[in-house]
Amino acid sequence: MKHTVVRTKDIVLIALFAALMAALALFPPITIPALGVPITAQSMGVMLSGAILGAKRGGLSILLFLLLVAIGLPLLSGGRGGLGVFFGPTAGFMFGWVLGAVLIGYLHERAWATIEPFKSFLYCFLGGIVVVYAIGIPWASVNTGVSLVKVAVGSLAFIPGDMLKAGLTALAVVAIRKAFPAMHQPAA
Amino acid sequence: MSPTPSSESHAPARTRPGRSPLHRMPAGIKLLVLAAAGTGLAFTTSLWVLGGALALTGAGYAIARQPVRRLFGVIRPMIWLLVPIFLVQGFMESWILAVAIVTRIITLVALAQLVTLTTPSDTMIAVITRALTPFRVFGVHPGKVALAISLALRFLPVIGGLAQEVRDAQRARGLGHNPLALALPLLIRTLRMAGDVTDAIEARSGGDDDEDAAPARTPVPVTPRAGSAAASSPAPAPRSS
Repeated sequence: MKHTVVRTKDIVLIALFAALMAALALFPPITIPALGVPITAQSMGVMLSGAILGAKRGGLSILLFLLLVAIGLPLLSGGRGGLGVFFGPTAGFMFGWVLGAVLIGYLHERAWATIEPFKSFLYCFLGGIVVVYAIGIPWASVNTGVSLVKVAVGSLAFIPGDMLKAGLTALAVVAIRKAFPAMHQPAA
Repeated sequence: MSPTPSSESHAPARTRPGRSPLHRMPAGIKLLVLAAAGTGLAFTTSLWVLGGALALTGAGYAIARQPVRRLFGVIRPMIWLLVPIFLVQGFMESWILAVAIVTRIITLVALAQLVTLTTPSDTMIAVITRALTPFRVFGVHPGKVALAISLALRFLPVIGGLAQEVRDAQRARGLGHNPLALALPLLIRTLRMAGDVTDAIEARSGGDDDEDAAPARTPVPVTPRAGSAAASSPAPAPRSS
């Protein structure tokens, strides 16, 4: 972005997408019978915020969402909230969300004019899965004392669900670009 | 700045009011103690130290008059993780280590939750804004952070209601299980709302070019269950004062 100052429109978008993250927790989790792992819509919010708002605003909206959780609002899927969740085994994934949204945003900003579903999917995969797991897995390993490899193997069960979310986000992003082509230009 | 009344789906802040010494302790000190405990306990597997910390945390709940069941909401979703962790550590390493690690996680989560239970969220927001002041040199504007927080609190029930509306509408069309049919209308309405709300804020605060201008703290004119009406035309701004 050309302007480094965060403008009112940016603050509004950041706050709206933080609230959107919270709203996604209300969608009931889908369970894939073969895996038995519940897929929640919330981590899709990370991909959507990054892809639609860009690196800076997207990352800040996730940070703001985590701040709301930290001050005690039960906004995480399953109605969890409060400082407690930041000390549990899965907290690393939430910290990973912020950096993941920044990377997804950066990549989408650069390619916004020519974005197509596969490209967007790839970016969401890199930021929303690779980055998030790269932070979440070591955190869980340190937090629980379980070896990195075992945590990584345990996390594999969530990859199919996250790939599905990356695919859905990609389709949504391409549709949003048609409706709001100027999304990644600084607010005038 | 207080949490706005929320919809049925979002319970307000979980802080439980009280007059205990823990409620009256400055929030900054509570957060520092929590940070110190989080750092300190990470380096020990001594059952004596961890057990002592758990006992102290339990004493904290007693002092703050918080029934321990208020902790279960946070611990219960972690059970499916804690049980395998306990078993893996027990069989692979030692059962003492397994007890130590699970005790550490439960202690830290319980202590952090105690801070949340005894600190009203507007106090927490005030501490965060104050803690951000030194970061001004990096371009962080504490007033804008406060504006973002209060806006987000205002938007929570609005977007929650919007999500519910979209879900009901798509279910009626038989699209209730199509994630894209749910996500797209929600996104488009959210993005449209951004323009209207921005205009409303700027109309009353005189633009945002002045870095040191006080942020608009007045409630944003968004109808609580904003449907298509709020998405297409800004609601009349209620005059504050």
